[in-house]
Amino acid sequence: MKKVYLDYSSSTPVDKDVLKEMIPYFSEIYGNASSIHSFGTEAFDACEKARKKVANMLNANENEIIFTGGGTESDNMSIKGIAYLNQNKKKINSKGPHIITSSIEHPAILETCKYIEKQGFKVKYLPVDKYGLINLNELKESIIKDTFLITIMFANNEIGTIEPIKEIGKIAKENNVLFHTDAIQAIGKIPIDVKKLNIDLLSISSHKIYGPKGVGALYIKKGVKIQPTTHGGGHEKGLRSSTYNTPGIVGLGKACELIKQRMDKDIKHLTTLRDLMISNVLEIEESYLNGHPEKRLVNNGHFRFTAVEGESLNLMLDDKGIAASTGSACSSKKLQVSHVLTAIGLKPEEAHGSLRLSLGRENNKDEINYVCEVLPKIVKKLRKMSPLWSR
Amino acid sequence: MTDKYTEKVLDHFRNPRNMGEMKNPDGIGTVGNPTCGDVMTIYLKIKDDIITDIKFKTYGCVAAIASSSIATELVKGKTLDEAMEFTRDDVANELGGLPAIKMHCSNLAADALHEAIKDYRKKQKK
Repeated sequence: MKKVYLDYSSSTPVDKDVLKEMIPYFSEIYGNASSIHSFGTEAFDACEKARKKVANMLNANENEIIFTGGGTESDNMSIKGIAYLNQNKKKINSKGPHIITSSIEHPAILETCKYIEKQGFKVKYLPVDKYGLINLNELKESIIKDTFLITIMFANNEIGTIEPIKEIGKIAKENNVLFHTDAIQAIGKIPIDVKKLNIDLLSISSHKIYGPKGVGALYIKKGVKIQPTTHGGGHEKGLRSSTYNTPGIVGLGKACELIKQRMDKDIKHLTTLRDLMISNVLEIEESYLNGHPEKRLVNNGHFRFTAVEGESLNLMLDDKGIAASTGSACSSKKLQVSHVLTAIGLKPEEAHGSLRLSLGRENNKDEINYVCEVLPKIVKKLRKMSPLWSR
Repeated sequence: MTDKYTEKVLDHFRNPRNMGEMKNPDGIGTVGNPTCGDVMTIYLKIKDDIITDIKFKTYGCVAAIASSSIATELVKGKTLDEAMEFTRDDVANELGGLPAIKMHCSNLAADALHEAIKDYRKKQKK
């Protein structure tokens, strides 16, 4: 059976050049990068080379990159690390907010914010419009003198909406508030210059950019202080103790290097495929595009279909070899409709019928045509079963 | 109880039995709520208190569709009293188990069946 992977926003395959670069660091150059012997220094040098590559991609300095265990850890580290240094802002009468975020962040941000709220910090969750965009005036007006951090994602992982990062960076700078962005979905799809965008902290995940799983990075602008949340041997300038994951770090470095080389080509390729996919899918009766029509990740198509439920839709697509994802509650472990789809104003019954098709480097036109041929039939089949569809 | 769908669930989802509408049914029962993501309708043909034909239409997840399908298969040919005894647990057991979180929200087939029988009995009284 034909197999088509359209879930690149969930995870990507490790690029073969990335894998090739990683392989020696498992069984040949296996030393602990902190050790003084040649086994160790060789591993150390590889990690530092990788650090440079990550920094290069962002127009940052290599001293501003910390390796982590993934995007979730980078997000946790940023929020907790900065909040814990600002304990003095938790005054009894302070209404806050100490931290401003959006209501459509990834759970790695939202759950961390909820966690520190329990410790007395106040967090403001900015609403978004029907496209998923925050309102810059509302952001400005929300800042008080005790506000110390703004954390807004670069681009949304579900609906693909790209937030006005440059403007947010400017507002943060003018108000002397730190600005963190979860750029996990944006890396490789949008050119990012942390200096031009006034970003103070930025989270990266390796497995979303054709690197291995279990490794990520955090950009921390020179001069920005965070309190360590993982204590131990003092790795990464004491900010994140843990033996260097040499193969993972080397892989992430190579993935970032490849992004620098391939991004222009990738963006062109993905935009063509995405636009073809969106226009074809929207030919289905009562189908809708979620997210912003233009301010949208080049690889993201997010749809909903009246009277169709997303989990069933996904499994039927899987039966045809197509891997996708949904924001339907029925497929989530918590049995709740996606908070993102709720925040953009969709009713639960609309959110249940959602489908995310996220594209990657390896996809081609034939695959998109195949999906656009299969999908209408499946939607029709499910509607035939559905008591909510009577047209 | 499992987290993944059993082979039997997947089989009923992929090849639903008795799916579709029924013209002039003797009883209809609809339960569920689109907000929760599951709506189920059961249609019955009844002769001498026996379910001679049954059809279903379901909007919902894999578990909702599979449980509708197997329920219709199990009660076809049964008496109304027997069908009224039929429970959600029977449906889940026959499917070889359902993921724990799906036990309540998606497992509506027994309820829809009971509603359809009640509907039939109400019409009979008139």
